[in-house]
Amino acid sequence: MITEIAPARERESAAPQQPRKVRRAWDEVPRWQIYLPLGIYLVFTLIPFYWILLFAFRPAGSTSLVPWPMTLDHFQKVWTERSFGVYFQNSVYVGVATLILTTVVALAGGYALARFEFKVKRAFMLALLCSQFVPGALLLVPLFQIFAKLQMINSLGSVILAETVFQLPLSMILISGFIRNVPQSLEEAAWVDGCNRFSAFRIVVLPLLRPGLIAVGSFAFVHAWNHFLFALMFLSDQSKQTIPVGLNTLMSADSVDLGALAAGGIVAAIPVVIVFAFIQKWLITGFSAGAVKG
Amino acid sequence: MAQAAAVAKPPAPPRRRRASATPRRLPYLLIAPAALLMLGFIAYPVISVFYYSLQNYNPTKPWRNGFAGLDNFTHAFTNDPQFWDTLTFSAKWVVVEVGLQLLFGLALALIVNQTFVGRSIGRALVFSPWAVSGVLTSAIWVLLYNSQTGVTRYLADMGIGQYGTSWLSDPSTVFSAAVVADLWRGVPFFAILILADLQSVSKDLYEAAEVDGASRFQQFRNITLPHLKDAIVLSTLLRAVWEFNNVDLLYTLTGGGPAGETTTLPLYVANTSVEAHNFGYASALTTVAFVILLFFSIIYLRLSKFGGGDK
Repeated sequence: MITEIAPARERESAAPQQPRKVRRAWDEVPRWQIYLPLGIYLVFTLIPFYWILLFAFRPAGSTSLVPWPMTLDHFQKVWTERSFGVYFQNSVYVGVATLILTTVVALAGGYALARFEFKVKRAFMLALLCSQFVPGALLLVPLFQIFAKLQMINSLGSVILAETVFQLPLSMILISGFIRNVPQSLEEAAWVDGCNRFSAFRIVVLPLLRPGLIAVGSFAFVHAWNHFLFALMFLSDQSKQTIPVGLNTLMSADSVDLGALAAGGIVAAIPVVIVFAFIQKWLITGFSAGAVKG
Repeated sequence: MAQAAAVAKPPAPPRRRRASATPRRLPYLLIAPAALLMLGFIAYPVISVFYYSLQNYNPTKPWRNGFAGLDNFTHAFTNDPQFWDTLTFSAKWVVVEVGLQLLFGLALALIVNQTFVGRSIGRALVFSPWAVSGVLTSAIWVLLYNSQTGVTRYLADMGIGQYGTSWLSDPSTVFSAAVVADLWRGVPFFAILILADLQSVSKDLYEAAEVDGASRFQQFRNITLPHLKDAIVLSTLLRAVWEFNNVDLLYTLTGGGPAGETTTLPLYVANTSVEAHNFGYASALTTVAFVILLFFSIIYLRLSKFGGGDK
């Protein structure tokens, strides 16, 4: 079935699109069949978001269902008293460093996998696939010992390295797929025009990889931003901890300050929301393997 | 290893600038950083886990440290009811979570793949919980579930249920409560991956099917589903492994409680190593988890015939 589809698809993208005469099946779906289930699901999706906003903005002790009168007290408290200002900065370091490291290393490896035949290639591919089944959570103890030997406990570097390593396999597989989608003939044409391999890559391939790289890079950032366990284990100083660890501290207090927890949660979510608002457009295209379309 | 092979064959220095001639060393140089990182921080830790699984190793009781043979494993399988409990709970957790996430994710992807007014905002909203971290998910659902000012209070105001209900501390409701919280964040994962794949189905196929008089359900069964098969297999597999391994949500939402009711195997491992400092035993449990993961992924790849291709 799949094999029959492939040539048809190629033909379609090669030929200039013609205006369609046949009415498409998906135009005929009754509207209520779309809006009713979607509406129900959106209620389930959005109530939790509303709930955290409600708790973050209404005064402590209020039971009103609208955040009015509005207060920013919880944010002030969480940012200064609960050191979320410091955690935020640490999380930004970890996220940005992981993003850069993951993308650069995965780009180099992905290019090798996509464009070269070499001896250990199959073994390396297998290692990449297998390592996706290795859970970081189960390696906490040996990783802790390694970082202790490297004198990296309590430094953000340990978290950055650990996050990068566990992001690498998938990122590299994805990027090598994106590179494979760029016809090699484009690169060869640039070589003929006098580019060396690196400048041909930079001028011809890299711009075409942009949607894919943005997707992979933002995944790396968001994942490192969100991840909790490595930071919890490797960073013991309060001044080194990250936002998720701070949130956990708020939750595990004897009497949970719900307003502060909600405000802390929103602080944790803001960068992620910004990243996704920015990349929304590329997210789907980046992953539909169509990195070169258009 | 990669480096050794690369050093063994120094490339002849190119005379002219012929970029198309591939320096033999280049691919090795390119994969070296990734290979070194993975050797140091994945392969070496895995090997050391295997090693410690055969040792008595507990930094707080150094006089008992030493070679233990298979004692750790024997203890787990014959003498540790908690091991079996956590293993059963892990299985239940993964099956329920992945099954429901796939079902809802597929349905949602099919819906938001339609053309309708408000599609892009609909998509954005449906996908939004996907990027929410496990810890933040916990924080949100702690707010929702708390007995004084959570949703239960407002439901009780409307005459549904009782005041003071706390779903997270009642052993009979904690599983469903945790499942719903994780579903909230997990469904968009499937929806995104399936939607991405849906967009690569050739529209001509549907048109041809329509001309032939195929119903919408037939089109779904005979065009959409076969096309999605690989994506579904891959995402289910990855998600199952991910759900098995993921400890963020349960650790922060229930802490594995009440009374160990929601402790998965990885959570148990974390407790054994971090709180009880019993590294040897924790390593043995980890080894068991590795074997389970390996076993299931091989079966799964075979069954789905996914391993046939190059990737």
